[in-house]
Amino acid sequence: MSLLVVESAGFQTTVQDFGREGYGVLGVSASGAADAVALRLGNLLLENKPGAPALEMTLTGGTFLFPDGAVICLAGANFGAQSDGKALELWRPHAILPGKKLVLGATRDFARCYLCVAGGIGVVDFLGSASTHLVSGMGGWEGRALRRGDVLQIGRLEKNIRRRKLRPGVLDELKPEKKLRVTRGPQFDLFAGDARNALRHAEFVVSEESNRMGLRLDGPRLAARGNAEMISEGAPLGAIQVTPSGQAIILFVEQQTTGGYPKIANVIAADLHCVGQLRPRDAIRFEEVSLEEARALWIEREKLLSSEERLFA
Amino acid sequence: MLVYLGEEIGAAAHERVLRLLRLLQLEPIKWLRNIQPAYCSLLITFDAAAVDHAEVQETISRLEKRAKRLPEAKPRLVEVPVCYGGEFGPDLEDVAEQRGLMPEKVVELHIAQTYHAYFLGFAPGFAYLGDVPPEIAVPRLETPRKEVAPGSVGIAGRQTAIYPFGTPGGWRLIGRTPLEIFRKDREPMGLIAIGDQVRFRPITGAELLAARRA
Repeated sequence: MSLLVVESAGFQTTVQDFGREGYGVLGVSASGAADAVALRLGNLLLENKPGAPALEMTLTGGTFLFPDGAVICLAGANFGAQSDGKALELWRPHAILPGKKLVLGATRDFARCYLCVAGGIGVVDFLGSASTHLVSGMGGWEGRALRRGDVLQIGRLEKNIRRRKLRPGVLDELKPEKKLRVTRGPQFDLFAGDARNALRHAEFVVSEESNRMGLRLDGPRLAARGNAEMISEGAPLGAIQVTPSGQAIILFVEQQTTGGYPKIANVIAADLHCVGQLRPRDAIRFEEVSLEEARALWIEREKLLSSEERLFA
Repeated sequence: MLVYLGEEIGAAAHERVLRLLRLLQLEPIKWLRNIQPAYCSLLITFDAAAVDHAEVQETISRLEKRAKRLPEAKPRLVEVPVCYGGEFGPDLEDVAEQRGLMPEKVVELHIAQTYHAYFLGFAPGFAYLGDVPPEIAVPRLETPRKEVAPGSVGIAGRQTAIYPFGTPGGWRLIGRTPLEIFRKDREPMGLIAIGDQVRFRPITGAELLAARRA
């Protein structure tokens, strides 16, 4: 095994993969990469498995030393990466020579940047996944965000990496949008006309109090009709639940698995990666689509991401 | 997809939830990704590339009919030692005052009941236990604590629960248990599983500290 030494960690850097879906009965949410599309492309560019564990950095990146060298790929937001005095392009494999550092700064566009390493990052699996679940302190690297001085194992290079390149147009198609497509939530009918209109036409702003558990939205209050006391029920990833004060919250990857607030809408699966790239103070809008459209968009997305011919030049 | 099997919190609706859950676990379906049971519903997450909503609905309603014929499962009884009040139960006095009872009476009522574990949610291992006797039902705190001590036992309405981790929490804390609620190096990881029966047993502060050292 080769090593990765954390010299500075950045704002919040965790080990993530595709998460551990399927443990709702234990009260465990899936966790996993906030932008699974970026993680997947970064890994595919390195010829890793699509869900190989990588470092997810948030808003500000860290400085990492590779004593044994590595081949890396940065995916997602642009954190102005440099190594050995040279700027490193996103979405391209780069060789880091033994003893060299990778230095990242503050974001220039979106919320999260993934540092993928050829061979992946080695941590002990918890419930079948390497993903960090910060709320419960489980999974990933000691169940927490990385700190200065942490030393992680990374995969050893088994073969030469081809210099893979994405086809022009792929990134445009997968660009994180600020307009999120939603389907109606199970309690849509509990909301008054004003609230439904606001959801369709108004602008919402991502609050500073947002994290991997959920994104709180400032904007028009979405009042439910009457006193809608609800019995707690399962809440899916991307559900937009509304608190008694009318604030909308998008439940995200480290979500609580059940909740008693009414859910007005749900972000469609094909747009969840956009949620992962939202920063505090970003202005967003919603657009309603049918369940059939949501499903068609998801199938099209999966086709694109599993087609080597369509992805790579 | 949310499957509703009743419209109230109670044993009958929850028995329907448990039966359907058991059938889904006994006969795993390829496109099924996650099941989140609750009081009277199951949230079903499925692989939308493999099936559409209509097929999921049809499959689930067929299983639901079969689930009705399953024999009733024998619940497991879990006993939880709790040190009530003082530094370990900072809201006990407050609960007593709100309900016009002596703190001892609150404890007596809390331990008199055998609770049913309706489901796990909020955090890994966090079991929603019911039903708390109406005499000691109290609303959540106006402002949740930023962090509660792991093992804290709280009340919210007719529900009681044990916090597995130092998470934020809005339930009123009446005591603490030395037991570890969720451990990833244990099988099963959670002390309490859905459908279990739970009883609380009072212990002293010294016993709590001794048990934690052991």
